[in-house]
Amino acid sequence: MAKIIVVTSGKGGVGKTTSSAAIGTGLALAGKKTVIVDFDIGLRNLDLIMGCERRVVYDFVNVINGEANLKQTLIKDKRVENLFILPASQTRDKDALTKEGVERVLNELSADFDFIICDSPAGIESGAMMALYFADEAVVVTNPEVSSVRDSDRILGMLSSKSRRAEQGLDGIKEHLLLTRYNPERVLKGEMLSVEDVKEILAIELVGVIPESQAVLNASNSGQPVILDEESDAGQAYLDTVKRLLGETVPFRFLTVERKGFIKRLFGG
Amino acid sequence: MSEHSLELKGSLFPLSVLHCSDLSISSLQSLLTAKLAQAPAFFYQAPIVINLQDNDSRPDFVALKQLFTELKLVLVGVTGANAEQKTAAQQAGLAVLQAGKASAAKATEPSAQTAPAAAVKPTQVVVQPQPMDSKIVEQNVRSGQQIYAKGADLIIKGAVGAGAEVIADGNIHIYGSLRGKAIAGASGDSSKRIYCYNMQAELVSIAGNYWLSHSLQGEFWGKPACIRWQGESLVISELV
Repeated sequence: MAKIIVVTSGKGGVGKTTSSAAIGTGLALAGKKTVIVDFDIGLRNLDLIMGCERRVVYDFVNVINGEANLKQTLIKDKRVENLFILPASQTRDKDALTKEGVERVLNELSADFDFIICDSPAGIESGAMMALYFADEAVVVTNPEVSSVRDSDRILGMLSSKSRRAEQGLDGIKEHLLLTRYNPERVLKGEMLSVEDVKEILAIELVGVIPESQAVLNASNSGQPVILDEESDAGQAYLDTVKRLLGETVPFRFLTVERKGFIKRLFGG
Repeated sequence: MSEHSLELKGSLFPLSVLHCSDLSISSLQSLLTAKLAQAPAFFYQAPIVINLQDNDSRPDFVALKQLFTELKLVLVGVTGANAEQKTAAQQAGLAVLQAGKASAAKATEPSAQTAPAAAVKPTQVVVQPQPMDSKIVEQNVRSGQQIYAKGADLIIKGAVGAGAEVIADGNIHIYGSLRGKAIAGASGDSSKRIYCYNMQAELVSIAGNYWLSHSLQGEFWGKPACIRWQGESLVISELV
């Protein structure tokens, strides 16, 4: 039985797909057989971030409609062992996903994988609900600013009331807070909420803090999950995040302005 | 009188009176279950009296008592009973109550008027005011969620997020931060209050009199506070 993790946020553009790609890749690097499922039907992005956009033949909707089987549809990553992608359809809309269809596909994947990462679309409509409905755990991606925090709060409410676990009266979805685009300098200037502020408002356990980094943009543009860039701060922060998801206790890094970084910027330019 | 350790005094209490033509256990069970499902908290452990006026059968009171206990009701007695029914009720340990003529007539009339056109004769529970209940929420109330405690106090262990609404006909107690809206005394009772551990509300209201966030951003912002209605305006004060 695979563990189903939804990566969600409510708000768009906070880093759900980047985080899905990084976390999925990280789990695979840790030896877990992992599939990342793109639930953003109609606005397919995961394939670009994973650099497999030219290898998409069939998609999630084809599998649901029985036009293709999973074996034909799953794209095996060329860099990392144990890593697969189930791409979304670009030509359909969110209504193409049915609860029964999604359940059937997830059950089938569940038999074969250790982790299923569901990359949720933004919003709180059917697409996002479908992505979170079957989840065992949730990574709530939040930027340190008020609108993102409020949307995350909203989605946390959905997780605790609209999911299968909630409906069946099982233990609730395990919720993790992933703070992305964190910039300690701007926090110091009071332009950004601090880790503590966000933790206080959302009151869930923190699983990772990803610093704002040029490496993320570079990685997205080159179709390389940023976690593979082990030199970068963002890549290291995602590696830490994956370890925490797997139950390890890892101290948080990149939370304060590093003097070393400052000097490095002056001289190492 | 020198002996004050024991006194018996007459008092009047509101009781719910059950009017039902068919007092067989199975039929009553399904009718009552359906009725209770509409407002489970409202009837929780409510004292009930059965009106036997239109009923000549001899119900099994012991079984009825058992049924009421299972449904979390308290069967206290019967009224309008004939001699045979009285004896049976007393044997089952129930009180035999004498209803005033006016109230008996009033109670039966609406049951005839509001009777739905169904094959089964309706059960009409005549509702009397009950002591105020409370609704307890153990988690955070998230943005976009709305919680209404009808006819009850509302107690929230977690925080109320920005964009969330908590509403109660009674008082509201919030043991976390209040960042959303809190509306107490929603049915118009201005004696109700709002208590919270950390006041950062978008709106607070008591019996329709409200303050927006800017009226709250003084001394008590981000601190434990109590809101009440006093004289002509809302008043905020410290919690302890």
